[in-house]
Amino acid sequence: MNAKGTVFKYGDNVDTDVIIPARYLNSSDPAELATHCMEDIDNEFVNKVQKGDIIVATKNFGCGSSREHAPIAIKAAGVSCVIAETFARIFYRNAINIGLPIIECKEAANGIEAGDQVEVDFDSGMIYNRTKGTEFKGQAFPEFMQKIIAAEGLVNYINNK
Amino acid sequence: MGMTMTQKILAAHAGLEKVEAGQLIEADLDLVLGNDITSPVAIKEMEKMKVEGVFDKDKIALVPDHFVPNKDIKSAEHCMCVRKFAQKNEITNYFEVGQMGIEHALLPEKGLTVAGDVIIGADSHTCTYGALGAFSTGVGSTDMAAGMATGKAWFKVPSAIKFNLIGELSQWVSGKDVILHIIGMIGVDGALYKSMEFVGEGIKSLSMDDRFTIANMAIEAGGKNGIFPVDELAEAYIKEHSHKPYTIYEADEDAVYEEEYTIDLSALRPTIAFPHLPENTKTIDEIKEDISIDQVVIGSCTNGRIDDLRTAAKVLKGRTVAKGMRCIIIPATQAIYMQAMEEGLLKIFIEAGAVVSTPTCGPCLGGYMGILAEGERCVSTTNRNFVGRMGHVNSEIYLASPAVAAASAVTGRISSPEQL
Repeated sequence: MNAKGTVFKYGDNVDTDVIIPARYLNSSDPAELATHCMEDIDNEFVNKVQKGDIIVATKNFGCGSSREHAPIAIKAAGVSCVIAETFARIFYRNAINIGLPIIECKEAANGIEAGDQVEVDFDSGMIYNRTKGTEFKGQAFPEFMQKIIAAEGLVNYINNK
Repeated sequence: MGMTMTQKILAAHAGLEKVEAGQLIEADLDLVLGNDITSPVAIKEMEKMKVEGVFDKDKIALVPDHFVPNKDIKSAEHCMCVRKFAQKNEITNYFEVGQMGIEHALLPEKGLTVAGDVIIGADSHTCTYGALGAFSTGVGSTDMAAGMATGKAWFKVPSAIKFNLIGELSQWVSGKDVILHIIGMIGVDGALYKSMEFVGEGIKSLSMDDRFTIANMAIEAGGKNGIFPVDELAEAYIKEHSHKPYTIYEADEDAVYEEEYTIDLSALRPTIAFPHLPENTKTIDEIKEDISIDQVVIGSCTNGRIDDLRTAAKVLKGRTVAKGMRCIIIPATQAIYMQAMEEGLLKIFIEAGAVVSTPTCGPCLGGYMGILAEGERCVSTTNRNFVGRMGHVNSEIYLASPAVAAASAVTGRISSPEQL
């Protein structure tokens, strides 16, 4: 499985309040949430994002609230992968549980810029910056998490058990 | 190599004699929690699972608290979804408006969280119950759904940071100042994926409400959980509120900690987190400029308990809120509301010109009941001061204790009670 797209780049501590502001949490519809994705940090995001695009950020992406609406909004907006130096732990769990691919890689987080064309190979954990001709090795998931991801989320994983 | 308190609780709930940091385990759950924002998503996910119903109707708590009493039609529909699910599955611990409170103040009060429990909640501040010696942690809606269906959750056993508390807090310094000081010291990702274990003789001078506040904000340092040893005070609290059996776990003497800090409580000063991260802390003495404010909020799962209201009342008694200031006070549960009424605190608040609300998370997450306009500033006893958290993206939140919030309401600028 691969992801390939244009990069949206953000900094440290992108919190779930800016990913999907609480004023929109009176909805749980993924398509509706997607129309407000990243609104309080980048109000052009929803107008620019194309299916398959990739978010790259530095430390502690997804910190704050436990709202699963955050990875749901990102996935429904068409984003194929989030790469960060580190993720906040609840966001990390939520992304795996709903089947939004995420990869921790400090070098990639620092070596990729907004607008770069990036390709990710989930099987090998390799991240290729096609614009700059560089490549990075992301951290592979433990086997247990790979099984959840392969089942496309925790619900299917439990149903298959 | 010994285990930390957190590791011991997890090992016992995974049926293992020993666990170590990094190990993936499946643990039995004593309680699964959700609110009106996260439960509807969990209920939808659970419907996709091939299960008959919930694993145990007594071990699930559903607390509509974020946008209740319903703030709009969509919120009303979310609450209806939770209500119908609770009725259909005969959930024992569903708390309707009139009985409800802010979840993390309510559940300990109702005796649903006790020492030695493993608790997951689809709310990041679920870590609050560590004050009672439980392992409790925030998760998302899908984990909540799986927890409700199976009574189990997967965890990566966390490594730990030890915070050795010594000395005693001085007047007008509280649990909020302790945790803001710690977050300022280690940063908002300083405890990422780790447990924050509070130990030391300083703990005995902390009230239960102080401990709830400290454990509550472990997540603001990125922590998986925050946990306190169970002393006489904690045990008395559990016995007063609960009939559930409980187990006291103690860390092994040779438990491994990745980092250790010693914090002298007597040296702490009223501490304020400046916009837009809880780690941007300054003590009251370090603030040289006048920072004028438009609104004060005293409440939330962090600081809406009776100790917090008593402190605010002590400051506001015989004083009035500054001209043009909105001071919003939100008792966290119905029982706290009643107690505040009986102790005469509500009268003090209303005479001072503050408004008192029914329990709700409301303004803390920019839901309703105190949204900020562009350029406005708020001193709040809540837990997050992210961009746009309480309203407009160009508004500002300063996190502080109830003492500082109440004093600031009186002066109209960031102040401590010492400055009144």
